[in-house]
Amino acid sequence: MARGVVDARRGQPVTAPPLLTAEAVERVYRLGREVEVHALRGVSFTVDRGDYVAIMGSSGSGKSTLLNLLGALDRPTSGHVRYDGRDVADMGDPELAELRNRRIGFVFQSFHLLPRLTALDNVALPLVYRGGTPRSRRQAALEALTAVGLADRLDHRPGELSGGQQQRVAIARALVTDPALLLADEPTGNLDTTTGDDIMELLERLQVDHGTALVVITHEAQIARRADRTIELRDGLLVPEVPA
Amino acid sequence: MSAREAIRVALQALLSNRLRSALTTLGVLIGVMSVVLLVSIGQGARTEITGAIEGLGSNLLFVLPGDGDFGAGPTRSRFTTDDIERIDRQLPGELPRVAGSTVGAESLQADGQRFNATVQAVTAGYTSVLNRELGRGQPFSESDVVTSRRTAVLGATTAEELFAGQDPIGRQFSIAGIQFRVVGVLTRVGGEASPFGPDQDRTVLVPVTTGQRLFGTDRIDSIFVRASSTETIDVDRSTTERVLGERLDEDEFSVVSQDEIIGVVGDILSILTTVLGAIAGISLLVGGVGVSNIMLVSVSERTREIGLRKALGARTRDITVQFLLEAVALTVLGGIIGLGLGIGGAALVAAFAPVPAEVTWWSIALALGTSVGVGIVFGVLPARRAGQLDPVEALRRD
Repeated sequence: MARGVVDARRGQPVTAPPLLTAEAVERVYRLGREVEVHALRGVSFTVDRGDYVAIMGSSGSGKSTLLNLLGALDRPTSGHVRYDGRDVADMGDPELAELRNRRIGFVFQSFHLLPRLTALDNVALPLVYRGGTPRSRRQAALEALTAVGLADRLDHRPGELSGGQQQRVAIARALVTDPALLLADEPTGNLDTTTGDDIMELLERLQVDHGTALVVITHEAQIARRADRTIELRDGLLVPEVPA
Repeated sequence: MSAREAIRVALQALLSNRLRSALTTLGVLIGVMSVVLLVSIGQGARTEITGAIEGLGSNLLFVLPGDGDFGAGPTRSRFTTDDIERIDRQLPGELPRVAGSTVGAESLQADGQRFNATVQAVTAGYTSVLNRELGRGQPFSESDVVTSRRTAVLGATTAEELFAGQDPIGRQFSIAGIQFRVVGVLTRVGGEASPFGPDQDRTVLVPVTTGQRLFGTDRIDSIFVRASSTETIDVDRSTTERVLGERLDEDEFSVVSQDEIIGVVGDILSILTTVLGAIAGISLLVGGVGVSNIMLVSVSERTREIGLRKALGARTRDITVQFLLEAVALTVLGGIIGLGLGIGGAALVAAFAPVPAEVTWWSIALALGTSVGVGIVFGVLPARRAGQLDPVEALRRD
């Protein structure tokens, strides 16, 4: 999808700052009084509207830390994470919550569905923090579930769904708020290869259809290869970007 | 998140763990129930006792032995029938204005029916001074008193127990083996025994002279003076005090008005009610601690849910409010059920126990207010803890 169309739809001027920038991001964890773990040692990159980026790295490379920072769940020790040019460090709790609610859709490895809610209510959950009538929320959730091919599973609870179906519900939940960025953390990690491929195809289709930026965090080169761009992390630093 | 939405989410969470919610709310339920029940009993006792005193009519002065200190032990009376006559002579207006009574418990018998009643040896003016109405027959006369005749006026319950529906007028019965003849029956007043008199329906009135002989005394326990009006009550009181003072020491008698008695009794019963309520309040407190405890467990169990909700856009405030509402919903639920059981219990007590019980609007308001308060006070700590969870840590937890 051409970027111009996206910009027009979102009403963004063409000169708008990039969707997401990371500038010399460092994250240090303090374990006890003496020990410091440098999970990220200065990482910079940009994700623009409609981009499809894979962040790759082995376990311990700092990719979970990076995911938390990109998802505005955490703040860097130094450096800047900016959304639409605004530094996450300058935002208070309500603003961060709103940013996560309106701009970011999370897809987790372990789905993170609430077991006592139906698929429809799980998908509608982010809309609860946004106002609107229950009726409009149900309508939006229904559309999102239809988009991921689960229109016939609305009243099922997560326990009654297969892993692939649960991840589809989670994707619908990420999508229902019409976010600018889909942030997928090892989305196929708990699935078999065939189901994993289906999920990746679904994410890619939605990325194109909705003009959403898609950032996939993975340790599998095979998954990373599907993206337009791969950012590789090693010991908290970027390996120079490899064009696809 | 809208308030309605927050309430819905809170109720959903409670319903998904029904047994635990029920057990947690039990503490608050029992607390509220005991507050409502005990306060009702205290309040009922107060209403009943003040009612019994008021039922004697206003403008009444009570002459009691002793210096009038309610804390002091019982004092032996030194009043005699002479005192009654001397006071009556000094008071203006229509006679009799003064009556006296001496009380004893005796066993009554009629036609094989036995009944234990309070026997009151009273002066002829007793029923008129104390506003007691007769349903049938006549009060005994001055000549009955003078000649120590064995006549009696029965309380309504006494009449029923002894004569089981038959007309008791003119019938014979015995008090401690001595034969008496029924001349009148008092109308039913209802109510119970109080510190200021026996259950008025379970009494027998006999002429004071006859009664004194029966009890083996020449004393009068208490004297009642009816003032002619509210305005003259103070004048009548000083007259009474002056007349008695001629013969008795100042600390051997005291003259108190009905209002003073109601005031003192009311104070005592208020303290009683407060103490009962406070004791019940302790169980409410314990219930609150239980709520706090379970909410903390719930927060720790739902750490992942909290992390997820934050990732999906919940503010710290949304999470705090959600858990606070859960705590309040728990305690209010317990409060409402406890209130229902308390009101039901009060009704049962009033119906079957000799203790009166009266549910007041303020005890209901207090119970519901307290249960909301307990929810907030004991919910704040777990709710704040939930709201402040770090989403990164919370999501990582498995």
